[in-house]
Parts: sequence; C-alpha cells; structure tokens
Amino acid sequence: MSMMSFERKYRVRGGTLLGGDLFDFWVGPFYVGFFGITTLFFAVTGTALIFYGAALGDTWNIWRINIAPPDLSYGLGLAPLREGGLWQIITICATGAFVSWILRQVEISRKLGMGLHVPFAFSFAVLAYVTLVIIRPMLLGAWGHGFPYGIMSHLDWVSNVGYQFLHFHYNPAHMLAVTFFFTTALALSMHGSLILMATNPREGETVKTGEHENTYFRDDIGYSIGALGIHRLGMFVAVSAAFWSAVCIVISGPFWTRGWPEWWNWWLTLPIWY
Amino acid sequence: MKTLTTKLFATVGLGTVLLLGGCEMPPPESTQWGYRGTGMEGLYNPDTLNELDANNIVPEALPAVPAVGPKSKDVYQNVQVLGDLSVGEFTRLMAAITEWVSPEEGCNYCHVAGEGFAADTLYTKKVARVMIQMTQNANENWSQHVGGAGVTCYTCHRGKNVPEYVWNINPGHKVAGGMKNQMQNVSSVAAGLSSLPVDPFTPYLLDARNGRHAGTTALRDEGGVSLKESEWGYSLMMHFSSALGVNCTYCHNSRAFSRWEESSPQRVTAWHGIRMVREMNNDYVDPTTDWLPPHRLGKLGDAQKVNCETCHQGAYKPLLGANMIKDYPNLARLAQPEPEAPAEEASEMPEASDMADMATGGDQ
Repeated sequence: MSMMSFERKYRVRGGTLLGGDLFDFWVGPFYVGFFGITTLFFAVTGTALIFYGAALGDTWNIWRINIAPPDLSYGLGLAPLREGGLWQIITICATGAFVSWILRQVEISRKLGMGLHVPFAFSFAVLAYVTLVIIRPMLLGAWGHGFPYGIMSHLDWVSNVGYQFLHFHYNPAHMLAVTFFFTTALALSMHGSLILMATNPREGETVKTGEHENTYFRDDIGYSIGALGIHRLGMFVAVSAAFWSAVCIVISGPFWTRGWPEWWNWWLTLPIWY
Repeated sequence: MKTLTTKLFATVGLGTVLLLGGCEMPPPESTQWGYRGTGMEGLYNPDTLNELDANNIVPEALPAVPAVGPKSKDVYQNVQVLGDLSVGEFTRLMAAITEWVSPEEGCNYCHVAGEGFAADTLYTKKVARVMIQMTQNANENWSQHVGGAGVTCYTCHRGKNVPEYVWNINPGHKVAGGMKNQMQNVSSVAAGLSSLPVDPFTPYLLDARNGRHAGTTALRDEGGVSLKESEWGYSLMMHFSSALGVNCTYCHNSRAFSRWEESSPQRVTAWHGIRMVREMNNDYVDPTTDWLPPHRLGKLGDAQKVNCETCHQGAYKPLLGANMIKDYPNLARLAQPEPEAPAEEASEMPEASDMADMATGGDQ
C-alpha cells in the first residue's frame, strides 16, 4: 500500500511505551508496536476459542451460538473448559485485546506529540465491558454473573438482569446513561448536519466557514458553542453515556439488591410531603 | 483551570458519597435459578436474609395428644367444624389457635367470659370458624400450592389478631374535578412502589380474570387485552415479587414471559396459588362481609382479603418452607360430612367418603 506524499513525514521513531524500537514499524498503513502484537495475539486467540466454543455447542446458527459463563457455584475460581472455562479465557483475551488497543492508541498519540483524548475516550467503552464481565462479577463473588457471548443469548441476559431488579428504568444511573446516549445522538446529528450545510454547498454556492456556522446557531437557539466547544461537548456526552452505563450495571447487585422502583422510596419519604 | 479541576473532583466525590450512602455494600448473596449465563438469578443482601430468618421462626408445637376418647361434638355444644376431634385434640388446637391469633387477649378474644363456649356472640368466633375451614380446604384441596408444608393459622397470623398483610378493594386516590381516576401513575404500594396500577388484586385475586397478555401472533389478533389491562398484570407481578422476596426471573425467563416451556417449576405453583387465593377470597372471606363490624371493613365495605403476602410475608415459601401441618394434622382436611351409618362404623367412613369426594372432583 502506497503512502501519501506527506505521510512519510509523520512516520517518526519513538513514543513507544514498551518494546523500544523492536516493534516500532508499520505494516501497510497500520502502526504495529508492542501492543499491536498483543492485540493481534489476543484477538486471534479469542476468536479461535469462540469458534471452538461454537463447535462444542449444538448450533452453527450465527444468532444462537452461545458461550456461557460458569455456574455461580464456581465462584471466582476456574471452571472446566466446557462449563464456562472457555468463557473465562475468552474474557481474558477480549480484555487483553481491548486494553492493548488503548495502549496502541497511546503510543501513536505520543509518537505524533498529540493529546491522549482518543485513548481516553475509547477506554470508557472498554471500562463498560470490563465492568460487566470482571468488576461486577468480582464484586458479586462469581464469574457466572458475567454476560454470555452470543448474539441472542447476551440480549436474553440483559433482559433477565433488568428483571432481576423488577423495573430497570427506575435505576437512576440507567436514566442518566440513556439520556446521555440520546444526547450524544442529538449532538452528533446537529453537528454533522451543520458541517455539511457549511462545507458541502450545492453547486455554484461557496463553501462557508465558522462565521456562518456560529451565526446559524445564534439565530436558531441564541447561542453557538463554537468549533472547539462542540467537540468538547460531544466527547463529554459520549464518554458520560459509557460511564453511566458502567455505573448503572455495577450498582445493580453489588450496591442494590432489591427492585429499582423501591430505591426511590427516599423520595417518597422526604419530610417535605408532611 | 486548576480551581475548576479541584471543584470538579470535589463534586464527583460528594456525588459518589451521596450515591453510595443510599445503597447497600457488596458482596450480596446470590443464587442461580436458570441455566448458566441466562441471568436468571436472585441477589440478596445478607442483612435482609438474617432479618428474614428472624421473622420466620416457627413456634414450638404444643405436646401432641392421642386421638382417642370422646369426640368434642359429643362433649361440647355448637362444635361445627372440629366436632370429630377428640376432646384432647380439640383443646390442644384451641390452645394453639389462642397462641397463634390472640396471645394477649386469650380465650376471651372469641368467647365471652361467663357465657359458655357454645355461644356465637362474638364475630371473632364466627370468623375463626370460617378461617379454620379455609385452612383445612387449602391443605386438603390445594396441595399443588401448599403441598409439603401445609398452612396453619400461624402461617398468616404470626401472633396478630388480623394478619399483617391483607387487602381491601382500592377505590383509588382523589383526583381533581373533571379528571378521571386512572388508578395508576401514583406510587403504588401494591406494585412495589412503582407507578403501576394501585389495585391489581381485585381483577385477579377476587375476579376471575386471566393474566394472558402476550399475543400468540406477530400482529395482535382480536380478543386481546388492552395495554392498560396488561399493566394490571405487571402490577400483580410486582406484588408477587415483593410478597415472596424474589425477582421476575424466579418464575420467568423474561425473553418469553408467557412460555411455560421456558419458565421455572415455581411458576406452576404460583398459577395454582392465584386460584387458591381467589377461592379463599370468594368462598371464605367475602361471605363474612355481612356480619363483620364496620372497623374490619374497607372503604367500600368489603372484608379484608388474602393475597400472596398474607402468608408469604417476604419469604419465597411461608416460614421459609417449614412444615406447619405435621404437628396439627387436624387442620389438614375439611370436616367429613355427617355419616349416615351408626356411630360405631364412623371410623371406617372417612376414607370412603374421601374417595367419593375425589371422584366427584373438587376444584383441582
């Protein structure tokens, strides 16, 4: 794959966290680095184990393949391969791959002398996953509390875990997470459409700049957050969505065992009602 | 910027403290109800479990007495439902009932001192008679629900005159003029403090409504129930959950609530329970309405009725599954109809009439 003319300028040595110069090279467009190697190792191993688990199961129907965590009786110990052990190793591989990917992003950022905003933001997505399959199961005392790996089976798990708390929409952190997800979609669609209307004019029109963009929103809603501000806001709402998702599930069980509607009893018993 | 960061950390810290302040601390106890990875499991705060243990201690049974000697109906007058008991058994059961239902008031809760035991002066005595029949009927005819443990007066009463958890038809809260009372969208105690309907009991535990809300076809066919009625069902399920101290996944795999094939055996027990409670409310509780004193009636003048919590009181099995009936076999079956045959053959009769009962069918 050929490089663009200016690209060679950015292919500079250094910035690695581990491995020094050993893995400091590119394969085609991809920077490798130590964490590229570990990403590849974990991803390939984990995927192979998923295929192995699928082969052990009773279906090749892509929707119904299911690799379930161990029974709760295994606690935080290791389970036999066919009884959840596979799930445990796949979890290690997935976590290894995701964390490697974060650290590879860090190396690239350092190499280019840039901030760590991308790895920071991506780490919240990984945090949500790690919360589900490592942090929460450890707090609850059994790996069996993790979600199963399968397209339909993990959705069934989500449904049942919601109903473990009778009505999950009463979970305050879930409320925040859902709100942030919707707000992220709103902010991204508003920002994306604004950029398109400014920089992608119909034929014969000139490309507009930030002045037009700011003026549009000042006219529309009385305020424009600005070119830098919209990206700060976007990152905040998106990261918050992932963060509160992690919070809403980690408090369900470890920090609250009853129905979420009942949690709101503090509101019903406030002294202001009497 | 530095001040901002400090303030941010302070706010986050304070928020965390507030959030955790209202919560429980890990690790909870957990129990698995379904295949691994399905998420069908229960989570319990150990403190709650200890509390549950403390609240479900079965009182020691009174020493058993032989079933020999003269029958109570031959010695006492006006013994309508326990006449076949020996005088010893009868006295023992009366003592037990006193301990279960009116430990403070004693015999005088049902009997007027100096008037003799035969008189039906007090409504409490008449209620006791109906309740004994109700208990016997539950033990004899509803083994699919109470089988293995049985119920006695103590299962519900726990030393109180009226069981702690009973219900009346709820006419709903007051609403502004011109507005219709939706009977929901307020904090519903019956529905675990959710905003679901405030009275799920009347449709299902008094009226014989079925909770079949899930469609059997992709698009809703005719004859289905309304969304509003479905919410009654959800409300009743919230009651089940709080009454038994379990969550939805104790009985259901929520991917398909209605499918019996994917539900746990407990759901079958609950299905029978709904019908048992409905019979209790219609055949035993409701007929007492005419002669109960006003202070025992609800806003609409109805008697205080039974729901799941009346017996379960927060436990998945009342008194955590303790066998209640083994020490009081006299409550295990309804009184036999008066035999036509001479008295000396009476001992042979119950079995035969029992067979006849089974042949003609009860409510099973």
